[in-house]
Amino acid sequence: MADVLVVDNLDVTFALHQSEVKAVSDLDFTLAEGETLAVVGESGSGKSQAFLSIMGLLARNGKASGRAMLGDVNLIGMSPDRLDRYRGKDIAMIFQDPMTSLNPTLKVKTQLAEVLVRHQGYTAEKANRAVIEMLERVGIPEPVKRANAYPHELSGGMRQRVMIAMALLCKPKVLIADEPTTALDVTVQAQMLDLFKNLTNDFGTALVLITHDLGVVAGVADRMMVMYGGRCIEKGPTDTLFYDPRHPYTLGLLHSTPHVAKRAKRLDPIQGLPPSLEHLPKGCAFHPRCAFRFERCFEERPPLLPVEDVREKACWYQGELKYEAVA
Amino acid sequence: MLDRTEDLLKIENLSKNFSISAGLFAKPFQLRALQDISFTVKRGETLGIVGESGCGKSTLGRCILQLLAPDEGRVLWLGQDITKLPAEQMRQKRRDLQIIFQDPLASLNPRMTVGEIIADPLRTLMPEIDAKGRRERVLRTMEAVGLLPEMINRYPHEFSGGQAQRIGIARALISEPKLIVCDEPVSALDVSIQAQILNLLSDLKDEFGLTLIFISHNLSVVRHVSDRILVLYLGRIVELADGDDLYDDPKHPYTRALLTAVPIPDPKRARQRTIEGLVGEIPSPINQPSGCTFRTRCRYAEERCAQVRPPLETLANGRRVACIRWQELDLKPGG
Repeated sequence: MADVLVVDNLDVTFALHQSEVKAVSDLDFTLAEGETLAVVGESGSGKSQAFLSIMGLLARNGKASGRAMLGDVNLIGMSPDRLDRYRGKDIAMIFQDPMTSLNPTLKVKTQLAEVLVRHQGYTAEKANRAVIEMLERVGIPEPVKRANAYPHELSGGMRQRVMIAMALLCKPKVLIADEPTTALDVTVQAQMLDLFKNLTNDFGTALVLITHDLGVVAGVADRMMVMYGGRCIEKGPTDTLFYDPRHPYTLGLLHSTPHVAKRAKRLDPIQGLPPSLEHLPKGCAFHPRCAFRFERCFEERPPLLPVEDVREKACWYQGELKYEAVA
Repeated sequence: MLDRTEDLLKIENLSKNFSISAGLFAKPFQLRALQDISFTVKRGETLGIVGESGCGKSTLGRCILQLLAPDEGRVLWLGQDITKLPAEQMRQKRRDLQIIFQDPLASLNPRMTVGEIIADPLRTLMPEIDAKGRRERVLRTMEAVGLLPEMINRYPHEFSGGQAQRIGIARALISEPKLIVCDEPVSALDVSIQAQILNLLSDLKDEFGLTLIFISHNLSVVRHVSDRILVLYLGRIVELADGDDLYDDPKHPYTRALLTAVPIPDPKRARQRTIEGLVGEIPSPINQPSGCTFRTRCRYAEERCAQVRPPLETLANGRRVACIRWQELDLKPGG
C-alpha cells in the first residue's frame, strides 16, 4: 500500500507569557492507504496537538515545524488559503464533541453541501443529492428528513454520524478522528467503530484514531503509536504491542485498563502522575513513574529505535518486562 | 466482620418526574425519569448501576441521597423512611450518606483551600468538633486518600484531575459515612489515574467498611468494582444480578446488547466477536413506547411485548429481570 501521509520530525511549540512549552517533539510516522493508526496517550501527551498542527488548526500561540507530506505537498507552514485546498478534501478531521463543530444555525444539508460546492464545484442540486446519499451511507435513518434538521434536533450519535458524513463527502485520503466515540454511549460507540471499519475498507481512506481507550484501539487499529510527554515512545502493529509490549508505559496502560470479561482483584496502575510539559523530567520523561528505571534513565533521553523488524521503542531497559497476558 | 445480610438501604417504588416547559400557555411535558424503582443495598456491598445516558442513573443516585425529592415511593435508611424527614434531621443523616461527583474540579470550590474543602462537611455535620480536632481529622483523611499533608493550604486549581478526585473522596469520607454514592467518579480521568482511583476506592471500602453505590456508563469499570449490578433502561430496572451472573449469563436482551458492545482491550478477541448493535437509539423519556419500553430496539421483541409491561420478576437465586421472554431466550455471550 502506498503511503498517503508521511510525517517527519514534527515539533509543536506554544509560546507562553515568558517561556515556551514543547507539546510535540520529533514525531515521525507514516500512514498507508486504507490503514487505521491508533494514537494512544493520556491528556498532555501531545496526541491531539500533533494532528491539529498537521491540519493547521493550532491555537494562535502555537507553532509547528517539520514536515507532514500529503502526497507531494508539505502541510506544515502552509498558508491557511492554500491549506483550504486540501482540508476537507484530501484530509479531514472530526472531534469528540460534534456540537462544537457543527453550525447550530444551519440545516445539516446546507453545511454538508457547502463542502461539495466548494471543493468539487458541484451544483447545489447535485450536492444535495450527494449529501443525502452520504447520510444514508453512514447509517442515518430517514436521511431526507435529517438533512433538513438542525444539529440540535439530532441525538449525539446522529450528530457524530453527520460529522463523519461531512468529513467523507470528498472521499479524503486521510481522516483524523480525535476521540470520536468518547462522548457516546457504548452501544452507539460500537456502531461507530463498525462504521469506521467499513468506510476505511470501502473508500480506502486512511484513519488516524486518537484515543485513550485501549478497548477501542484493539477493535479497529492496524498499528498503534503510544505517546508520552510529547514524544512517541513505542509504535508497531496493534497485536504486537498488546501481547508483547516492550515499553514500560505501554505495559502500564494495558494493566490499568479494566477488562469486562475478566474481573481482576486489583488493577496495576502506573504510579504517580503524567508530567507537565513545562517541567518535563530530565532523561526519560517517564522515569519518575517507571518500575524498570536505572541510572541511565535519569540522565539520558532514550531515542526511538527499531526493535526487531516491525516496531520501535524509546527505552533504555532491554530486559524482559514481566507481563501476564491481559487476556 | 460485616454483616452482609443486613439491608442498609431499601428503595421502594420510587418514581421521579420532571416537568418540561412546552411554552408559556401550554401544559408542560412530563419527563418520567424514574419509574417504580425498588431494590435493596446490603451492608458492605458495592452495587453498580449502569445504563446509557438519560436512563436516570444519576437521578436515582440523587433521589437516594434526597438531593432530589422523589415524587413517589420511599427510601428506607436502616428501616427509617428519609423522604419525609425535616431538614434538620436529614442533615444529621448526611453524616452517613455521602456522594462523589464525576467532574472533580467542578465540584470543588475554587476559593477554598484543600483543608477547608475537606473540613467543610464537619462544620455542618459535626459542629461539636473544634478547630484542632477538625485539622487532625483532615490530615488523617488526606493520608487515607493519598494526599500529602503539605497540600492542605493549596487551592483546587493547583491539582490535576486525579488529585482533585482524591480531594472529593476525602470530603466524602471525613464524616465517616456508611454509604457513598459514586456518580461516574473516574469517567473524567486518564486511564492510569482511573486505575489508581479505583484501587483507592476498593482499599477505602475495606478499611472503613463502606457500602458503595457505583454509577457509571462504563461496564468494564462497573464489572471491576461491583458485587451486584443493576441495569437501568429509560428509568426502569430491567435487570439486577450478581456481577458474575450478569456477565456470564445475562437474562435481559438489553443487558446482552450492552455486554456485546463493550470494547475489549484484546485485539484477537475484539476481532472475533460480533457486536450485536441495537436498532436505533434510546427513545425520548417524554414519549415512551407502550408495553416494554425496550421493545423498539430489541431483536427478540414480539407482538405481545407492545401490549404488556413486563413485570420485574424475581428468579430463584434472587436475581431479577423484566422481560416476558427471559425463560425462552439464551442470551449467554457467544451463545
